[in-house]
Amino acid sequence: MKQLSVDHLLGIKYLNKNDIDLIFETANHFKEVINRPIKKVPSLRDITIANLFFENSTRTKLSFEIAEKRLSADILNFSAGQSSVKKGETLIDTVNNILSMKVDIVVMRHANVGAGVFLAKHVNAKIINAGDGTHEHPTQALLDSYSIKEKLGTVKGKKIVIVGDILHSRVALSNIFALQLQGAQVKVCGPTTLIPKYITSLGVEVETNLKKALEWCDVANVLRVQHERMDIKYFPSTREYTQLFGINQEILDNLDKKIVIMHPGPINRGVEITSDVADSKQSIILNQVENGVAIRMAVIYLLAQQIKR
Amino acid sequence: MSSKLLLNSKEIDIILHRLACQLIENHNDFSNTVLIGLQPRGIFLAKRLKEILVNEHKIKDLQLGLLDITFYRDDFRRRQEPLEATNTEIPFLIEDKNVILIDDVLFSGRSIRAGLSAIQDFGRPNLVELLVLIDRRFSRHLPIQPNYRGRQVDAINKEKVKVCWKETHKKDAVYLEQNIK
Repeated sequence: MKQLSVDHLLGIKYLNKNDIDLIFETANHFKEVINRPIKKVPSLRDITIANLFFENSTRTKLSFEIAEKRLSADILNFSAGQSSVKKGETLIDTVNNILSMKVDIVVMRHANVGAGVFLAKHVNAKIINAGDGTHEHPTQALLDSYSIKEKLGTVKGKKIVIVGDILHSRVALSNIFALQLQGAQVKVCGPTTLIPKYITSLGVEVETNLKKALEWCDVANVLRVQHERMDIKYFPSTREYTQLFGINQEILDNLDKKIVIMHPGPINRGVEITSDVADSKQSIILNQVENGVAIRMAVIYLLAQQIKR
Repeated sequence: MSSKLLLNSKEIDIILHRLACQLIENHNDFSNTVLIGLQPRGIFLAKRLKEILVNEHKIKDLQLGLLDITFYRDDFRRRQEPLEATNTEIPFLIEDKNVILIDDVLFSGRSIRAGLSAIQDFGRPNLVELLVLIDRRFSRHLPIQPNYRGRQVDAINKEKVKVCWKETHKKDAVYLEQNIK
């Protein structure tokens, strides 16, 4: 019988290949469930989940929320903006107060790297990392790999290029770990100022020419430029960034193959990707969103299975 | 472990043919009736019955669905071993249909309870009936009884009824197994 090798989902780096296979297999079943006339199963009726978002989120928060509802769990939603965090309460105090309300699983997004790991050590609940600073965003990486597997049949041996702001991206790091674990080759492409200095130590190649990167790859995962995390200027202007690293239909038409286009959202249309590419048949952006719900249901279900009454 | 043969392949074959005839008595040409096999083990019985109904009794357009009940079970997180899900394949609507739920062994009735909940998610059936190959009497935890049964067996709780199908075990047979410690 199969179960996850970890007690929490803090990052892809703590998972092994069997964990990923199990999550994907379970997500297949949940994908069937969410396409039924009645899209809900009663598995988690006696589980309470707190969604703690100390940092803004739309897609991930909604996706987790709908996944939890589809599993029949009870939900507490928390956004830092409207909370006592503003009054000076510490993270552990906030979470322990919430746990006193008998919460079994905590889904947390936090601006600080390692917030999930810290919490897992100090509180008695299952922790799911929904993004910790510029570190990891494991469920996004899982749904990205799952979407590639769904589109191309396998991830093994495929060439994936991650384009854009790698330096500030937790999606990039989690994706690199997840793709390599499944036997894919990964390159990153972007302005040198937005590529971390030691990225090659992860076995990732760096390509600063977008055209060459696209010619090499089977899949391009395009990331947003995260202006909100930039304390200094990393490139002269958005216009220049778009000219050098923006993906448009013309570049894709000049390639000798049809590559798959992905984007974790939110999209800045006309900056890193043009509207015609984002809405084209090559893009699987909306499939990613649908798969996100199935993947999150699988992760929550598999972790909840470990909670014994 | 000791094991006693309850049914051999010939007896199973006779039972399957009898069950098929009983179904026809109540459902005629199956125009508004569908078969639903419960995963993982009920599907072999369901497929075998469909074969007999289609090939020998010339029932046309007989629909068979496979239903996984993992997410509807009431022992989630209450058992030592984790539950493993299997595929659900019901490519038709169940609204207003007569549904025949099919499983190999009826023991506590909890799987059937889960199956009844799961079936509701595909529409409101007109009628649900239960068909099992082996009905273990006196072991029910819930008020659930089959409409069609292959063989009734009296077994104590320590004993296990094992159903083998030629698709998975090379030959059809039903054994009563007992753990001797």
